[in-house]
Order: sequence, then structure tokens, then C-alpha cells
Amino acid sequence: MSPEPLLVIDHLVKRFGAFRALDEFSLVLAPGEILGLVGPNGSGKTTCINVVSGLYAPDGGEVRFAGRPIGGLAPHRLVHLGINRTFQVPKPFLTLTVRQNVEVAITYGRSAHGPVEAGALLASLDLAEFAERPAGALNGAQQKMLDLARALATGPRLLLVDELAAGLNPAEIERVALRLKELSRSGIALLVVEHLMGFIGQITDRVIVVNAGREIFEGVLPDAIRDKRVAEVFLGADDAG
Amino acid sequence: MPRLWRHAITVVLPLVGAMAVLPALYSNHLLLFNFVVFMLLAQGVNVIYGFTGYLPFGYVGFFGTGAYGFSLMVVHLATPPLLALVAGGAAAVLLGLLLTPLLRLSGAYFSIANLAAALAVLQVVSNPDLQDITAGPYGIALNGIYEPTLAYAAALAILAATLMTVIYLRNSRFGMALQAIREDPISAGMAGINVVRGRVIAWLISALIAGLAGSVFAWYVSVFYPETVFGTDFSIFAIVFALFGGPATVVGPLLGVIILYGIYNAIGITTPQYFQLIYGLLIMVLVLFLPNGLASLMRRWGVDVP
Repeated sequence: MSPEPLLVIDHLVKRFGAFRALDEFSLVLAPGEILGLVGPNGSGKTTCINVVSGLYAPDGGEVRFAGRPIGGLAPHRLVHLGINRTFQVPKPFLTLTVRQNVEVAITYGRSAHGPVEAGALLASLDLAEFAERPAGALNGAQQKMLDLARALATGPRLLLVDELAAGLNPAEIERVALRLKELSRSGIALLVVEHLMGFIGQITDRVIVVNAGREIFEGVLPDAIRDKRVAEVFLGADDAG
Repeated sequence: MPRLWRHAITVVLPLVGAMAVLPALYSNHLLLFNFVVFMLLAQGVNVIYGFTGYLPFGYVGFFGTGAYGFSLMVVHLATPPLLALVAGGAAAVLLGLLLTPLLRLSGAYFSIANLAAALAVLQVVSNPDLQDITAGPYGIALNGIYEPTLAYAAALAILAATLMTVIYLRNSRFGMALQAIREDPISAGMAGINVVRGRVIAWLISALIAGLAGSVFAWYVSVFYPETVFGTDFSIFAIVFALFGGPATVVGPLLGVIILYGIYNAIGITTPQYFQLIYGLLIMVLVLFLPNGLASLMRRWGVDVP
């Protein structure tokens, strides 16, 4: 018997004008599971994360977290329920110090497991030596780690990871992969959007391939690569088979 | 000692103390009073712009509303001045509540809409059809409450309370949350901060400060026209002073007022052409080299700026 799902996305629709970014999209995510969301640019992966994290309200269908509908709730309320995310382009609070960036999330995040310790969190993401510097002094990769630290400071049960590995060097990617696997072992459910298939293959239990707002494949990555429809979407119909 | 109390002792006590003693040494009391008023307005701008990121070109709207709130209570209900001060502050907070939808706008759109709102309030107040209530364009003349010493003391009390509020914001997690909202509202929401509530609280605090400043101004001068208390110069001066000194600090806006308003009074009225030249150059140098004000220069020298 599989564990109770933590996140259920049920026939979710998100429109921008006439464009359906998500078209009856569904998925289920269990605690401790790492689910990869892959697909071409513009297929709706980030839109899905934006709806679950409260940036957009859904136009149809339902999002349930731990059994309760959460579609349309304000982001800070979702954070308090135990949802957090990283951003494709991280936007830390540049004039605050690295430590203050994390402290403000610890204070307002209301982690269910009690307050997170700022120093230990920063150390776990190799940010301890920069703690007293303004976040604006960090490089791109470090800002991504700080964005992850901000998310973890709120003690999430569900973490939505939007292209965290993109732009990192191989050693950094390796460290991020290990860190995400540790998080999943501690019971956090992860929904990972990523274009780097090596990274996806290394950390995910399962992937969903999205195209034009719809699911076209669900299963493990090696099977996805052999799937005819997936090949059509990524390589074009003429090259398939 | 916590930073909050250290800042209170190193900033509030000397400043309010000096402003309390100065009338005994210097005869131009109106000028001293104006310094206090601009310190209040610059700190009010600091709360909503320095900490929260909204540039209020129509900030004077709260000042004028406070002045009229105070005066109407005195004229129509013969309210004692100290009580009318509270009413003036409350009137500005009410206007602030009415204008909260403006906070949905950002950047220049907010600034322009705020400017328009302040002009709208001026037009309502100075409407000749409301002459029975607001005296319309003929202005206010308050009788029987002229008590400049007490009004000055009240202004100093408001200044002390305002500075304590800003010191709290400078040293508290709430102030840090406001700055997080200023830096990036989406990330702030994802840090668990209630972005809308934070902005509204900062906006109303800022409105209250200007409303109290306007009330005590009305009390002190007793005679004024609508254009006096809704003059755009108040907004511009308060913003320039706050920016010049350093937003999101306690001493920055105060330094801005002391230096720039000092220069204004030294040469701005006698030789306005030199004043405008110096002013323009100072502001250009600041924007180019010190966009975060004098405080950022001091910070570069290693001073822990309160």
C-alpha cells in the first residue's frame, strides 16, 4: 500500500487569455517522493509550480494539499501549510544580509517542526562564510542556494524545485542532487522541474512528461526516453522511430 | 544593550533634547518648528519608501488632511488642541485606508496615482461649495488656541514617538519583512510574509506620521490656505531629504533634513539661484555616486549607521 498522497492535482486548468497553459493536468505526489516534471519550453511545467505555490489561481480543476483544497490561497498561507518552492531566477532580498534573508523566512515561515537554526541551514548549503554579507554580493549559483535556504527555512513538507540545477557547474549539481535526496529521505515531497536529464535521472523516482499543458507520459525516465510520443515532442515527428 | 535601546539613547535623546533647548538660544522659533515638521515628513517617507519601496509623490495629502482634520475639530466642535491632534492623525489614517487600493500599483504608477489623490483631496477641501465646512479657498484661521510653546512641545513628542517607531522598524523582524517586501514581493510571500498586510501597515503608519505633522502644523501656524498645507513642495522636500540622507536608516532622513533644509534656509530665500545650483549639483552627485544616500557613505567607512 503506497503512502497517502500529499499533493493531488486534479484536472487542473490555467488559461492566459485563449492559451491553455495547463489543460486538465493531473498528478499525485506522496511524502518523500521525488517526481520529475519534464517537457519542452512553454509546456506548462513552471505554470504548474506557480499555481501550486499560489502565484496564480487555477481556472479549473482542483489542487489538494494534505487533503484540503488550496487553489487560490495566498502564497504566505501556503507557506504556513508547508509548501515552498525555489525560483528559476532566484530573487533574494539583495540589500539584506545572507543571514537576514534566512532569518526573515524562519520568523515568518512558521515551520511546523519548530524554528530552523539559521547557522546550520546556511552551513548545509555552503553559505556559512557569506552569512554577514549582503545577498547582492553572492554569485548566481550562491543565490540559487540562498533561494533554497529561504524555502527550507520555512520547514516545508512539499518543495517545488524550478530549474535549480540549470547554470550550476557539475560539482555543484552533484551536491544539489545529494541535498535533494537527503530532503526526500527526511520525508519532504519534491516536485522537480529540470531540463538536465542526467540530473532528473539521478534523483527522481518517477517522471511526468508534459506537452502543451497535458501529460503525455508517466513512469520512470528510461521508459520515457523510449516512448514514441515523448520522442515526437522532443525531437519532432519525422525523426521518431 | 539591545540595538533598539542603544539607538534610542544615541539618536532620540540628543536630537529631541537639542530641539527642546534650541528655542532658548535661537529666536526664529518658526524655523525650528519647520525643521521638526520636515524631520517628521522625511521619516514618514522613510517608512513607506525607505522600508517598503513605495515612492509617495502625493505624501502631502496626508499632511493637509491632518491639518484640516485638526482645524475642523477646533472650528466646529471647539475640541481642545491635544485631542484635535489625535483627530487630525485619525483623518490621515482614514484617507490612507481609502487609498489602500493604490498599493496594487507599483513604481511610477503608484507615485503618479498618489500625486493625483493628493490633488483630489485639495480640490475637495478648497471647493467653494464646501465653504460652510472647510472655508473653501479662503483658508483656515484658528482663534483662541494659539499656544506656540505647547504646540512646539507636542511636535517634539510626536517626533520622539516617530523616531522610536522608525528605530523599531530598523531593528525588528517586522522592519526586515518590510524590506524583504521592498526587495521582492514574490520571494517575500514565499518567506511566509503576508505581503498585503505588511504594506498596508507601513502605509498607515506613514499616513499617521504625516497626519500628526499636519495637525501640529495647523496648531502652530493657526492661519493657512489649502494650498499651504497641500503644497507639492512638502512631498518633494520630504522625499529628497529622506533619499539624500539614506532610506531605511534612522539617522539618514534626519541628516538629510539638517543639511538640505539648512542650506535652503541659509541661502535658498536670499539667493535662490545659488541655492538651486547647489541643490541640483548635490542631488546629481548623490544619484550618480551615492544612490543609497549619505548613510551608505558612512557605512562604507565602517560606521554602523543606526
